[in-house]
Amino acid sequence: MEAIYLDHAATTPMHPKVIEAMTTVMQDTFGNPSSIHGFGRQARKLLDQARRVAAQSINANEKAITFTSGGTEADNLALLGVAYANQDKGKHIITTKMEHHATLHTAEHLEKQGFSVTYLDVDDAGHIQLDQFDEALTDQTILVSVMMVNNETGVIQPVEEIGERLANHQAYFHSDAVQGFGMIPIDVEQMQIDLLTVSSHKINGPKGIGFLYAGTEVILDPRQHGGEQERKRRPGTENVAGIVGFQQAIELVNEHRYENYETYANYRKQFLNTLEDEGVDFTVNGDLQKTVPTIVNISFPGANVEAMLTNFDLSGVAASSGSACTAGSVEPSHVLCAMFGEDHPSTTNSIRFSFGLANTDENVTKAAQKVAAIIHRLTSM
Amino acid sequence: MKQPEDTRVVVGMSGGVDSSVTALLLKQQGYDVVGIFMKNWDDTDENGVCTATEDYDDVVRVCNQLDIPYYAVNFEKEYWDKVFTYFLDEYQAGRTPNPDVMCNKEIKFKAFLEHALTLGADYVATGHYAQVRRDTDRVEMLRGEDDNKDQTYFLNQLSEDVLRKVMFPLGHLPKEEVRQLAYDHDLATANKKDSTGICFIGERNFKEFLSEYLPAQPGKMMTLSGEVKGDHDGLMYYTIGQRQGLGIGGPGGPWFVVGKNVQDNILYVGEGYHNDALYSDGLLATEINWINETPLEPFTCTAKFRYRQKDSVVTVYPQSDMTAKVVFEQPERAVTPGQAVVFYQDEVCLGGGTIDEIMKNNQYLDYVG
Repeated sequence: MEAIYLDHAATTPMHPKVIEAMTTVMQDTFGNPSSIHGFGRQARKLLDQARRVAAQSINANEKAITFTSGGTEADNLALLGVAYANQDKGKHIITTKMEHHATLHTAEHLEKQGFSVTYLDVDDAGHIQLDQFDEALTDQTILVSVMMVNNETGVIQPVEEIGERLANHQAYFHSDAVQGFGMIPIDVEQMQIDLLTVSSHKINGPKGIGFLYAGTEVILDPRQHGGEQERKRRPGTENVAGIVGFQQAIELVNEHRYENYETYANYRKQFLNTLEDEGVDFTVNGDLQKTVPTIVNISFPGANVEAMLTNFDLSGVAASSGSACTAGSVEPSHVLCAMFGEDHPSTTNSIRFSFGLANTDENVTKAAQKVAAIIHRLTSM
Repeated sequence: MKQPEDTRVVVGMSGGVDSSVTALLLKQQGYDVVGIFMKNWDDTDENGVCTATEDYDDVVRVCNQLDIPYYAVNFEKEYWDKVFTYFLDEYQAGRTPNPDVMCNKEIKFKAFLEHALTLGADYVATGHYAQVRRDTDRVEMLRGEDDNKDQTYFLNQLSEDVLRKVMFPLGHLPKEEVRQLAYDHDLATANKKDSTGICFIGERNFKEFLSEYLPAQPGKMMTLSGEVKGDHDGLMYYTIGQRQGLGIGGPGGPWFVVGKNVQDNILYVGEGYHNDALYSDGLLATEINWINETPLEPFTCTAKFRYRQKDSVVTVYPQSDMTAKVVFEQPERAVTPGQAVVFYQDEVCLGGGTIDEIMKNNQYLDYVG
C-alpha cells in the first residue's frame, strides 16, 4: 500500500532539482564563505547568488536577507530582535491569536519580559478585523506581526491593509509568510512589510534553512553573537548547501507559481468533490474563497481527531490536525479555538489536508475515497 | 481463523518494559501490530514537564525498533469521570478503592478497546500477567503463570465477550524472562524501572496527593470500647489493618486500624496484629462480574481479598442483582471494604466484586466502615 501524502503544510518533499543542486555543492564546494582563499570565494559566490534570488523573490534589497535555520528562528529573530532593540520607543506589540507558535510563544515570552501584547481576535471565517487592529494600535506600539496565510486554515490575511496603516507609524511590520510564499506574489515594498519570514522546507527545499527579510533600516538586536556573517544579524558559518537548495526551491516555486496554483486548486476541488460525491457530511473551516489552494481544513461532525488521524494513517493517508497531539495531550488547535470558541465541536473533529508536489489527480481522488470510507465507518459506529 | 499477518492487534503501550515486550512478542508471531499510548492523566508540573511525554517517547523508540506504527489517544476525561471520581468518592465514604480494577474495567478494556475496534483491531493486547484460554466457544481467563506477578485480581471485571478480543502475550512468562527478552532485543525500555503504586500518583506522597482533592478532617482515634488514643489526620488516610502512622506510644501495642466511623469521624484502633476485631468470617460483595456463566447455587471456590494474597477457601452464596455473600473457611484478617474480592476455580478466574460489608458470625461488622 503506497501512502498518500496530504500534509504539505507540515513539510514538503524535496524537488529533485533541489537535491541535485545541493549534491553538487556538497561534492564541489566545501569552503567557508568567510575565508579569503579560493575555496572560500567559491562558496561565497554561491551564497551571494542565493541571497540575490531570495531578495528578488520578494522585491527586496539583498542586504536585507538574513539566512536562518528556518521559520521559527526567523520569527524569533524578528520579534525578539525588534522588541529588544526598540523598547525605548514603546513596549507594545500587536499580533493575532492564530499565529504559528513560533510567533505566539515568542510574544508570550516578551510579555514576561515586560512588553505588552495585543492578540487580535479571529472571526469564524478565519479573518482578523481591521477595526480591532486600528483600536489596538497606539503610539507605544513598536511591532505588528500578522501572518500572511494561516497554516491551519489557509486563510489569507489582510497584510497589505496593515502595511498601509503602518506606513506612517513607528511600528515595524513583520509578516510570517511561511505558508504564503510560493502561492501569493510578495512585494515587500508594495506591501510595506518591514520584516518577513520564509521557510525552505515548505516549498520543496531542504529542512533547516529559511530567511528573515528585515529592511536595512530596521534596527534589530541579534539573538546570537559570533562572527561577521549575515551582517552580524545572525552570525555562524553559513549552511551553504542548504542555502543553495533553498535558492533552487525559490526559483522553482516562483517559476511555476501560476501552474502550481492551478494544479493545487484542482486537487483541492477534486478532493472536496469526491467527499461530496461519497456523501460525507463535512464543513470547511475558514473562508474558502480567501484561502491559498494548498490547504483545506475540514470539520467532520460526529468524528474525532485521534480516531480519524490514526485510521487515515493505517489506511495510507497522511494528514494532520492543528493540534499537536504527540503524547496524547488533547490540545485543540489554538487557531480553531480562536475562530469558534474552545468548546465548539469543530475544535475536536477537524483535519487539515494540504496539497503539493507529492500529489496527482489519481492519488488525491483515492485519498478522498479512503477518507470518505473511514468517516462513514467512524460516524456510523 | 485468520492468519497472523491478517490479524490486527492493537497493543496498549505504557512505555514500560512489559508492554514493550508484549509488542515484541506479537511482532515476532507475525501479527499486524499497532502500538497505542493512552494518556489518562495530566501531571504536567509547573515547569511544563509531564511524565506522559517521557513515557510516550519510550513508546515511540520501542515501536520504531520493532517497526510498528504508533499513536496516542487521550482518555483523560473518561478516566476522570469513571475512575478518579470513583476513587475520590470511595475515599470520602471511608473505603479503600481499587482504581486499577476500575481502570481496567472502564478504560483499558472499554474506552481503549472501543478505540482499537475503530482502528480495525481484531484484538487488543496488554502486558498484563494473565492468560486467556480459548476453547471452541468458551473463553476463560487464567492466572498468570508467574504466581508472584499474576494480575487477574485487577482484571476481575472483564467479561467473556471482552476477553474474546483480548490477548495477554506475557501471561505464560516469568517476569525475569520478560526483562531478559527486552535486554536480548536491546529494547529502549529494557532498563526502565517498573512503575509502582497508583499510576496517577506515581512516586508522589499519597497523603499529600489526596489532600489536594479531598479536605482532610482530623478527628479522634479510639478503641472500640471508646477509649481515646489520640487524633487522626483524616479517615481517608488510613486503611484497615494499617500499623504505620498512628503514633500511639506508651506500653503495649503495636496498634492497628480496625475500623472507621465516617459519620462521627472516628478512627478505631486495636492493639496487636492478631487483634480479634481485625478478623472476620464473611463478606458481602456487590457489583460482581462473573466472567463466564452466572452461578445460581452456592458453591465452594477460592478467593483473594487483596492483590498478591494467597487464595483462601470460601463458599459463595449468590444473591440477586450481582451480589453474593461469601463465607470464609478460616477467619481472615483485615478484609477491607472497597477492595475487590476475586474468585478462582483452580487456575480459572471466575470473576469478582467489590467488598461492601464485612461479616462475623452472620452479623455485619459495622465498625469496619
